[in-house]
Amino acid sequence: MGQERMGMGAAAALGAPALLSVNNIEVIYDHVILVLKGVSLEIPQGGIVALLGANGAGKTTTLKAISNLLRAERGDVTKGSITLAGERVQHLTPNDLVRKGVIQVMEGRHCFEHLTVEENLLTGAYTRSEGAAAIQQDLEMVYEYFPRLKVRRNSQAGYTSGGEQQMTAIGRALMSRPKVVLLDEPSMGLAPQLVEQIFEIVKTINEQQGVSILLAEQNTNVALRYAKYGYILESGRVVMDGPADALRQNEDVKEFYLGLSATGRKSYREVKHYKRRKRWLA
Amino acid sequence: MKPLHILTWLVGALVTIFAIGGLHWGLAQIGWISFFDWSFYFEVSAAGLLQGVMYSLVALGFVLIFKASGIFNFAQGSLVLFAALTMVGLMELFERDFGIRLHWVLAFILTVGVMVLVAIAIERLVLRPLVNQPPIILFMATIGIFYFVDGFGQALWGSDVKVLDIGMPIASAVSPLGVRMNVYDLIAAGVGAALVAGLGVFFQYTRIGRALRAVADDHQAALSVGIPLKTIWTIVWSVAGVVALVAGIMWGGKAGVQFSLALIALKALPVLILGGFTSIPGAIVGGLIIGYGEQVAENFIGLEIGGAIQDWFAYVLALVFLLFRPQGLFGERIIERV
Repeated sequence: MGQERMGMGAAAALGAPALLSVNNIEVIYDHVILVLKGVSLEIPQGGIVALLGANGAGKTTTLKAISNLLRAERGDVTKGSITLAGERVQHLTPNDLVRKGVIQVMEGRHCFEHLTVEENLLTGAYTRSEGAAAIQQDLEMVYEYFPRLKVRRNSQAGYTSGGEQQMTAIGRALMSRPKVVLLDEPSMGLAPQLVEQIFEIVKTINEQQGVSILLAEQNTNVALRYAKYGYILESGRVVMDGPADALRQNEDVKEFYLGLSATGRKSYREVKHYKRRKRWLA
Repeated sequence: MKPLHILTWLVGALVTIFAIGGLHWGLAQIGWISFFDWSFYFEVSAAGLLQGVMYSLVALGFVLIFKASGIFNFAQGSLVLFAALTMVGLMELFERDFGIRLHWVLAFILTVGVMVLVAIAIERLVLRPLVNQPPIILFMATIGIFYFVDGFGQALWGSDVKVLDIGMPIASAVSPLGVRMNVYDLIAAGVGAALVAGLGVFFQYTRIGRALRAVADDHQAALSVGIPLKTIWTIVWSVAGVVALVAGIMWGGKAGVQFSLALIALKALPVLILGGFTSIPGAIVGGLIIGYGEQVAENFIGLEIGGAIQDWFAYVLALVFLLFRPQGLFGERIIERV
């Protein structure tokens, strides 16, 4: 099921126009270290797309290439293009990109520790100029999605729990009224139940606000349940992509990313290396 | 800081001043120090505290930049000198070339403009190219800025001692509650307090102030939510420039505008260690403690060992603090969770 739709790109598979597309980009750090070797992906209007892969596969780099946080780390997109609704956005500063509606929620949450939860949320509205009333309204909206944050609104963010910090980080991004949210590893370091809860809220936000989401995750299982389409990255290349249900059925994904296979659970020790090479990099 | 907090500190400070006075009185009784007199002690304390506010003014500039960018700005002292020189220079220039006596308020506003330009130049020419470099490199860069601004200011406006006259009484004194105090010092303290209150409100309640604190906490995250670091840095350096100007006016008005103004930065160091590099209230309290401490030490203990304690007393105090409370009195506690 769904196998015939593999590899056709998220926009075509989901039947929605691509809001953001990344075309064959190459990223080099410090002028020498080649990290991404031609990554292409699409985020359709209003969709949730998962970017999967192991540690060091290039998920975070891809996200930072889109949000343009790369330049602050001496990384550079040297080839390819990134377009938002058809317009090239590579040269924009993060500030301009946030104004245009693309915002990243960084891996490891990165809350402003000495600011209160509410102040953290308000910093997300930095780029907006509609006046206090609209911002106050959005603050209430964020509190509706994350009631827990309303309770902790006056606590210093550094003293809140990991889950609350993740909620703060997502809420902060929402305050910028984004069109596309790049979510980097929201499940990191959180209890499974909390992960489920946060993903549920993200899904609700996606449905109610029409925010498109690119979700970078190591937790393939959860990510494929909430995303509609998935791209799998390995060593800086997209090695496979397809609708989430098709990916979940795929034998290789099952084996290497979900830890399942026809012969039952399998240890990585028994996987022959050449087989993986052949499958993924051929 | 809640009102109750401030009250506690005030009461604590008064008690401490009395206790240290009592200590000296005791020392005088057993003959370890030869001279003690309560009214003289209070006068010395008041003078020291007022002097301390002046130290705080300089320290404040350091705190602002350190908070927002994690840079220890060695150049702050030279900015104080440059600001004061520019203001006096502008007043002289207008008088000489156009025959206009420029009111000091106008000169102040013009100088604020110049300090903003200096901030923009520093951000463009020094900070931007060095972004992402380790702190030590940025520190070295600020040493470079120190000498450049120092020399440039003197090349521009001349290096002779200038008199800055903003119509403040230099020598008159008042005696509330029987304690003689210098009017000039009182006014300077008032200005300092107003400046701090203003900055506090700016940091706590404005959008830019919040962004400044966000950048201070995590500049990557600040970038990710669309806060432009370059703008923020320019604002911080401008504000630090204005603080330097106020400090320069207060110090320069008292002792004349001259090269040694740049060196008061060195007096700000122990203040920072005491108060904490990241805290505005810390800069104030640190300044007060140093000012008070050195005056009292100089006038009572210094007598016994031949004087000149004033120059190094602050550093000894700072060392003691480093041993027991390295983040300073008000320094931000490093939030660590396990």
